[in-house]
Amino acid sequence: MTPKTNSPWGAVPWTALGPWLALLAACLFFATQTERFLTGENLSLVLQQVMVVGVLAIGQTLIILTAGIDLSCGMVMALGGIVMTKFAIDFGLHPALAMVCGIAVTCLFGLLNGLLVTKVKLPSFIVTLGTMNIAFAVTQIYSEAQTINNLPPMLTALGQTFSIGSTEVAWGTCLMIILYALVWRGLVDTAPGRHVYAVGNNAEAARLSGISVDKVLIGVYVLAGFFYGLAAMLSVARTGVGDPQAGQTENLDAITAVVLGGTSLFGGRGIVLGSLVGAVIVGVFRNGLTLMGVPSVYQTLITGILVILAVAADQMSRKGSR
Amino acid sequence: MSFKIKAFLAFAGLAFAGGAALAQKQPIIGLITKTETNPFFVKMKEGAQAEAKKVGAKLMTASGKKDGDTASQITAIETMTAAGVKTILITSTGDAIIPAVKKAQEKGVQVIALDSPFDGADALYATDNYKAGILIGEYAKAALGAAPAKIAMLDLFPGHPVGAQRHNGFMKGFGLQALDAKSNDLSKTAETVCAGDTDGNQAKGQTAMENCLQKNPDINVVYTINEPAAAGAYNALKKAGKEKGVIIVSVDGGCAGVKDVSKGVIAATSQQYPLKMAAMGVAAGVEYAKTGKKATGYVDTGVTLIANKMIKGVDAKDVKTGTQLCWGKA
Repeated sequence: MTPKTNSPWGAVPWTALGPWLALLAACLFFATQTERFLTGENLSLVLQQVMVVGVLAIGQTLIILTAGIDLSCGMVMALGGIVMTKFAIDFGLHPALAMVCGIAVTCLFGLLNGLLVTKVKLPSFIVTLGTMNIAFAVTQIYSEAQTINNLPPMLTALGQTFSIGSTEVAWGTCLMIILYALVWRGLVDTAPGRHVYAVGNNAEAARLSGISVDKVLIGVYVLAGFFYGLAAMLSVARTGVGDPQAGQTENLDAITAVVLGGTSLFGGRGIVLGSLVGAVIVGVFRNGLTLMGVPSVYQTLITGILVILAVAADQMSRKGSR
Repeated sequence: MSFKIKAFLAFAGLAFAGGAALAQKQPIIGLITKTETNPFFVKMKEGAQAEAKKVGAKLMTASGKKDGDTASQITAIETMTAAGVKTILITSTGDAIIPAVKKAQEKGVQVIALDSPFDGADALYATDNYKAGILIGEYAKAALGAAPAKIAMLDLFPGHPVGAQRHNGFMKGFGLQALDAKSNDLSKTAETVCAGDTDGNQAKGQTAMENCLQKNPDINVVYTINEPAAAGAYNALKKAGKEKGVIIVSVDGGCAGVKDVSKGVIAATSQQYPLKMAAMGVAAGVEYAKTGKKATGYVDTGVTLIANKMIKGVDAKDVKTGTQLCWGKA
């Protein structure tokens, strides 16, 4: 995807290329350091490792595009995962129905966030700080902090792989890529998609031009909840268990991915595909540094530096475009 | 107005009740764990509650929000000291708690470390984590036999004494060059072909193992900090079609972990006993309240090697024994 000056949301600044260049540079670096890095098998693995954060980051991107933020995404996902696994095991519910129940719960949390943001007019930071704690506590209480094992195969199907040549690709990776493609085109090509950008750019101007800002916002939060539910499916499929401790690192990792991907925290600007790149960058560093035998704390250090660079680049381009 | 009076009376009543409790000299014992969620600490809390009920002591509990949350533990130490607790039992989540512990001790509070050691505790009731490591190291070496070892080390996170003791103990047991039990650094040799941090978490354990297999597909021994990390490692091996012939060893002995041993997911685990730590701590608290005599020194609460297959020359117990002594749900 190359930036287009005539794109529907206005000029995409040169900084939108930043995350792609950073990813390219990281890959080139690791390719020179270890011959195992640039194999189909290894790259497929990195994508599997980022699929949960990647799908969480789709929901997070939608919310950040409206100038909001969601601190609850990982915890809501963990609750969704516990609901789908416990419903399937404890109530013997059909796995498909159990998954629907889990996704319904994450959507409900999205609705709650959306209603509090629009109708009670609370800042999203505070609302989701609250729902983050609520979702975490409910997860622990409901699961009694116990991992849920012996899942039916359907719940773990997305973690299974198929072969392209000699490379094993996970179904979950495919789902993630399809979701990104759909949301990317949905945001660019559809009226509701453009309304998301409009509301994020200037809510008042959007209202004056006839957009129902509250409807857009509530829709975005519910949709984000839906993606957290899908992320819960992927998390359950990947680990093969319902894990009450899931989502704790993914919570902030999803925000990191969005920021690394160049979406502006001030709303209205960003490309959802950037968030995928952001998630992959983190995964590439974790994988590459392990292959080199470097302690993982350096991955955290590099992620921190990249986050600041990404936000600084956004800020500078904003000043420049004024 | 009448509401205010009622509130005042209620408050006075509470204060009076509190005074009465103090007057009865029922010893109050505080228990501060790392988290509320880890089954290990849940079991420890249950053990402390049962023991306190038995001996007629009152138990106050608190915990950090997650591993490494020293701020919540410090707050709990201060609150409990102010509430008149005479003995605090704590599973330290980091050395940042030490100054707060000292202050409590200056006010006459006995502070006993459970599970995780730190400098300045009056006494320590814990698993010998170095020994726990040695046991699984010896087992892994015996199980591997003469083949050249290619070991993946799936650690906790940098700088935690329990993580270092298990890691270094494992290497010592395996017959490799290793740092001693006091070191907080992690030993490394040519045989340890890969290392990764797991935070003791299944998903992270899986990711770390996947990356290790990329680094060296011939890994034949996997050391894991605990059983969730071991389950994650097994997942990664299974996906790579390598679960057979790779020896996974672990530490903890929770019921879920013992079940994984019975299924052959984990070859052997070093089982530890949180109930015993808690019960001994409460007993020491009651003793201090009665006689004013503080507990001292280190008591090893024991560790048992639980293995799927018995190997000649290695002293291990079977899964049946492990299941009888385990904690948490399977």
